[in-house]
Amino acid sequence: MIWRPTAELGVLRRRAATVARIREYFARTGALEVDTPLLCAHGVTDPALENFAVPCGEAGTAYLQTSPEFAMKRLLAAGSGDIWQLCHAFRREEAGRLHNPEFTMLEWYRVGRDHHALMDDVARLLEAVGCARPQRRTSYAALCLEHAGLDPHHATTGELVDLVARWNVALGPVDLADRALLLDVVFSHAVLPALESAGAVFVYDFPREHAAYARLSAGSPPLGERFELIVDGMEIANGYHEIGDAAEQRARQEAENDCRRRRGLAPMTLDAAFLAALAHGLPPCAGVALGLERLLLVLEGRRELASVMSFYGAAGS
Amino acid sequence: MAFYSTNQFKPGLKIMLDGDPYNIVENEFVKPGKGQAFNRVKVRNLKTGRVIERTFKSGDSVEAADVVEMEMQYLYSDGTSWHFMNTSSFEQMTAGETTMGDAAQWLKGQEMCSVMLWNGEPISVSAPNFVVLKITQTDPGVRGDTATGGTKPATMETGAIVKVPLFIEEGTLLKIDTRTGEYVSRAKEE
Repeated sequence: MIWRPTAELGVLRRRAATVARIREYFARTGALEVDTPLLCAHGVTDPALENFAVPCGEAGTAYLQTSPEFAMKRLLAAGSGDIWQLCHAFRREEAGRLHNPEFTMLEWYRVGRDHHALMDDVARLLEAVGCARPQRRTSYAALCLEHAGLDPHHATTGELVDLVARWNVALGPVDLADRALLLDVVFSHAVLPALESAGAVFVYDFPREHAAYARLSAGSPPLGERFELIVDGMEIANGYHEIGDAAEQRARQEAENDCRRRRGLAPMTLDAAFLAALAHGLPPCAGVALGLERLLLVLEGRRELASVMSFYGAAGS
Repeated sequence: MAFYSTNQFKPGLKIMLDGDPYNIVENEFVKPGKGQAFNRVKVRNLKTGRVIERTFKSGDSVEAADVVEMEMQYLYSDGTSWHFMNTSSFEQMTAGETTMGDAAQWLKGQEMCSVMLWNGEPISVSAPNFVVLKITQTDPGVRGDTATGGTKPATMETGAIVKVPLFIEEGTLLKIDTRTGEYVSRAKEE
């Protein structure tokens, strides 16, 4: 019986030291540490995520969180000011060298900032934990142009389909009309591999199909005010200039449910408490989620999630 | 018809692609930050041995290939077909030249081989990892020269040609690694 940890104890000691530095960073920069429920009444509408559903008898079904975003925004709407938390997140069907169905997420929100100011904040946090400060910031469009010859904001869906053909992806007719999915093929097959030796890169201004819950800019076409931090081709963090408008948030989630139906997935009931909090008023803010284990891989110079988690390969994988 | 979901993918799994059976060699789960996850796989065509890359959307299903490997005894060849027998059921099967591939050159008869069957038909044959064969032709040996490290070609009783050290003589029995086609040592008469 294999019972030993998948990470060396030395790595786990350095992991604890990194967590201590993170805690110190947020204390120094005035964010409140919070703790929200892992077991939630509502599942996630994001078509690319799948919850673990927990049967609760007569109480119905609960869901293990895929991220603490909605609960933290309820705290923001209640007047918390800047907040952060380190928690576990759960995503079904995600297992691989860089994925485990249960992982550790560092999520934080800064009131009165946009996504560019939050990138500065992420860079300072990385410095505080001893990670070389990111050297490059570039737009999603510039990366697609450089590595795939693609203008992601103006290309027709037909042009995307032609481009994607080169990667031999098994796609059905529904997929071929799905711009978000086609862009994912390009980003994960052309852009991410090209960044494998590029160090730390902040990618910002995503196509509106990938705006998720980020505000849309006023330009033409409107772009998602969102960023990702990618280190050597591996996504470390994902941040938004957050939507504050309840109607807009509801519309985004209903669009996600439509996408779920097109992809043959069950739509999810929207979280009424979260939408009520937005209706009450979310202060203008930006938020980011950072995968703690991915950050540890960068710090340790390692390539497999198992090497920085005490017990990789959780139940459910 | 059996199917595998992409979350069951792992090296060694046998799947059907474009009508041919394939073996998964490598499987990597990739996922852009907020988007669709993919399984990028390297797969080997079990008929041709060719390795190709393919990507699946995570969660999709792929038809399983009905591939089994079976130990069978090689009986004889009539020049175009190689005949094998299942030693427990005594059922016999034949494999053609393409199916035999490199394995044919190592076989004399009686060897236990690994035969891969797809839908009940042989698609590839692996010779035993090690075989013992007699040299039927090689240039005269250089007696005592066991140190210079030179080699010369030697034709074995099955027709296979193996590089051997210079001191090895015609008529010698050799142990050969069929996976590399290399000489391992001299062998004693069994």
